[in-house]
Amino acid sequence: MSAFWTLVRRDVTLAVRRGGEAALTLGFFVVTVALFPFGVGPDPALLGRIAAGVVWVTALLAATVSLDRLFRPDLEDGSLDLLALSPLPLEAAVLAKCLAHWLVTGLPVTLLSPLMAAMLRLDGAAHGPLAVSLAVGTPALSLTGGIGAALVLGARRGGALCGLLVLPLFIPVLVFGVSGVEAAQAGLPALPHILIEAAILVAAVPLAAFAGAAALRLALE
Amino acid sequence: MPSFPHSLASPARFRRLSRRVLPWASALAAGLLGVGLVWALGFAPPDYQQGDTVRVMYIHVPAAWMAMLCYAVMAALSASFLVWKHQLADLAARASAPIGACFTAVALITGSLWGKPTWGAYWVWDARLTSVLALFFLYLGHMALAGAFDDRERGGRAAAILAVVGAVNLPIVKFSVDWWNTLHQPASVLRLDGPAIHGSMLWPLLTMAAGFAAFYVAVLLVRIDGESAARRVEVLTRRRAAGA
Amino acid sequence: MAEFLDMGGHAATVWPAYGAAAAILIGLVVASVRQASRGRAELERLEGGTGERGGR
Repeated sequence: MSAFWTLVRRDVTLAVRRGGEAALTLGFFVVTVALFPFGVGPDPALLGRIAAGVVWVTALLAATVSLDRLFRPDLEDGSLDLLALSPLPLEAAVLAKCLAHWLVTGLPVTLLSPLMAAMLRLDGAAHGPLAVSLAVGTPALSLTGGIGAALVLGARRGGALCGLLVLPLFIPVLVFGVSGVEAAQAGLPALPHILIEAAILVAAVPLAAFAGAAALRLALE
Repeated sequence: MPSFPHSLASPARFRRLSRRVLPWASALAAGLLGVGLVWALGFAPPDYQQGDTVRVMYIHVPAAWMAMLCYAVMAALSASFLVWKHQLADLAARASAPIGACFTAVALITGSLWGKPTWGAYWVWDARLTSVLALFFLYLGHMALAGAFDDRERGGRAAAILAVVGAVNLPIVKFSVDWWNTLHQPASVLRLDGPAIHGSMLWPLLTMAAGFAAFYVAVLLVRIDGESAARRVEVLTRRRAAGA
Repeated sequence: MAEFLDMGGHAATVWPAYGAAAAILIGLVVASVRQASRGRAELERLEGGTGERGGR
């Protein structure tokens, strides 16, 4: 198991040092959320109503733009070959890299979401459910996204293709993430929606491990 | 290339079979669709609520069924390709994707034309429509991924993994209407307690569905032929380049 | 005939739906047949050059 955590630590360290990738993703998230009041106008009622959707869609885009760096640098410098030869199963390596991806994208986005929600005038009662739904949903994004990132390794125009592949698969996470917050806004319990998200997350773990590892083996042939 | 002649043996046999089946499938498709069209447009009764707009159903519903069936076929073929590495499964999965995408487009377009008089809008973001739109994007992604590699083989394997992963969308499409209880009407033919639709509408609907299925088989055979020729061309070109 | 074409006042719904479906499906058939015959012709040309056999 320690090899797993070593890999996670290595990827997080690289992402933080390598041109501050984590900071870039977070900056992208903040700037994109801040664009919406310019686009739809400063009406607080309107912004409050769309806030959950805006934060969620932006979190989804932030996860997508950083996917390109998930496996490609490792493929290019050959460390992916070493990873495949190491005793750590490739399935576990995929999960470790997805976890690292979440730690530098999904986690900061989740931590920052109350601030963004407040800027968009989201109902105070919905701040908690939004943060919780992001905390449960964004790991599923990193896992599903990992499959896409592994599949497009070596493809022409891989970055744009990866977006086309993973965004349709993100839709269920988005739907239940936002519906939980909307339930809270309407005074209903958000928990059922968050539990469905949790179920998606649980299903995404083995799916990402096996599909991601199969795609990586393909890229390494 | 040690296993080369062996890998060709079965596509060759398939090609002989396909040449024999293709005329029958084409004739069946033309016949069923011809009868179905006349029946649906001329003889089926107008709905007591929706009037003649209900005639859109005779293409919309079979197209939606085929959209899901094509994906299920594609996912099953892809899984068998990943497990047994059977060339024919790869060719058929690739051939299935554009047909499925076309059926999905037909279902979406006819559905939105039908939605205008029934719901008052061409498009509503209900669960069924959204999940079928996602299905359409999955088809497009599959086609783009299969063609995005210099090595055809590699594109086929990557696309096969995607097809298997994307199969999780199928139950979402099928049950979205029941789970979310939205605007789109729930299934009225494929139900456990028997179809909730009158025979005067059910039979032309089933005729059209059978016609679409025969159409799928015919186009699939043609496309498999095209894919297998393209694959062989690539193999020959590569071998020539290596020999020269 | 005019009554048939009018579709009970819903001509603007029914005919575009059938038209769009026909256009897409016929387009698919044409594209598929062309792709197959182009592939076969290309293959014939390549195989003709060396006298190699196989695939059919």
